[in-house]
Amino acid sequence: MISAGNPEAPVLVRREWCKGCGICIAMCPKKVLESAPDGKALVARPDDCIKCETCEIMCPDFAIRVVAKKAAAPDQGREAVRGGR
Amino acid sequence: MARSIDEYLRARFMPHIWCPGCGHGIILNALLRAIARLDLPNDKVCVVSGIGCASRAPGYLDFNTLHTTHGRAIAFATGIKLANPDLHVIVVTGDGDGAAIGGNHLIHAARRNMGVTTIMFNNSIYGMTSGQYSPLTPSGRLATTAPYGNVERNFDMCELVKASGANYVARATVAHARQLSTYIERAITTSGFAFVEAVGNCPTYFGRRNKLGGPVEMVEALKKNSITAAAAAKLDPAEIRGKIIIGEFYRGDAPGYIELYDGVIERAKEAAGK
Repeated sequence: MISAGNPEAPVLVRREWCKGCGICIAMCPKKVLESAPDGKALVARPDDCIKCETCEIMCPDFAIRVVAKKAAAPDQGREAVRGGR
Repeated sequence: MARSIDEYLRARFMPHIWCPGCGHGIILNALLRAIARLDLPNDKVCVVSGIGCASRAPGYLDFNTLHTTHGRAIAFATGIKLANPDLHVIVVTGDGDGAAIGGNHLIHAARRNMGVTTIMFNNSIYGMTSGQYSPLTPSGRLATTAPYGNVERNFDMCELVKASGANYVARATVAHARQLSTYIERAITTSGFAFVEAVGNCPTYFGRRNKLGGPVEMVEALKKNSITAAAAAKLDPAEIRGKIIIGEFYRGDAPGYIELYDGVIERAKEAAGK
C-alpha cells in the first residue's frame, strides 16, 4: 500500500534525467505533478494518482516511473510472436 | 507488461542528448514498450540507425545496435537480416535520413518486402544540423533554408511505402503514444517489410522558428491536427488539407523476402544434389 503523504509514491521522478519540459505536468489527467523551482517535475499530489501511466508513457526522457501499477489486465489473447521474417 | 523498459536502456549513457520536450524520446519510449510487451530478449533485437537526431537512439539501447552512415540504415539492416534472419531488425530513421538521402533504400526494402521494421521519427526538420527543411517539412513552413516559407510539397510516406510493397504501414503521432506503441508492436510481428511513421515535435528548430510554442503546445497541436484514416475517408480532400492522417493504412501477408530466399536455398541445394 502507498502510505498517504509519501512524497515518493506512487510516481517516481528521476531528477537527473528530467529536463523539465513540462509534458508530464500538462498531460496528467489528475494534475498530480507540478513544476519544481528548477523546472523539473515534482509529485505534488500523490494521493490523486490513478496510475494511468500517461506521465511515464509521455516522458521523452524516461525520467518517470509509475511504481504502483494497476492490477494486471487479463491476457487478451495476444498473437504469439512470429519470427518476424 | 512482461519486462521493464529499463532492461533495454543503457542507463550509463543517460540522460540522452535530445532537447527538452523532444518527441523523439516519446517515440523511443513507445518502441521500448512495444518490445517489452513482446517480451523480446535484448540479444534477439538489432536496432540500426543512420545519421540525424533520431539516429542517436541506438546508443542508449541495450540491444545489438548499429549507428551507420547517412541514409543507409536500411541497407545495413538488410545485410543483418540476411545474415541472421532470426533477429528482429528494427531501423530507426528520421525524415531527413529516411525520406531524403535514404529514400531509395526505403522504397526498395519495401519492394523486396525485406523482414525489417522501420520506424520513421518525423519531426519535420533536419534538427541535428540546425533546421534545414526536409522532404517531410509541410508546405509553407519556415526553415533555415526556407526563410520565406517552404514551397515544396511534402511526401506522404505511408502512401509511398504502401505503394512500394510493404506488408504493414501505419502512422501515429507522439500525442497518441499508446496507439503508436501498438502499431510498432504490430510492425515488429509482421513478416516482410513494416513501416511506422511516428510524427513528433522538434521544439528547438521547427517549433521555435515557426512560433508553435513549447513542447506542450506542440504535442497538443499534434493531437488537435490529427484525424483518423476512417474519418478522413469521409471528407473532401480540401477538408483534410494540413491534417495528419493517423491509422493503419495497410496490413498484407505477401511472402517476405527471407521466406522466399529460404526457397532459393532449398532449390539450390536440390540442384547441387544434396
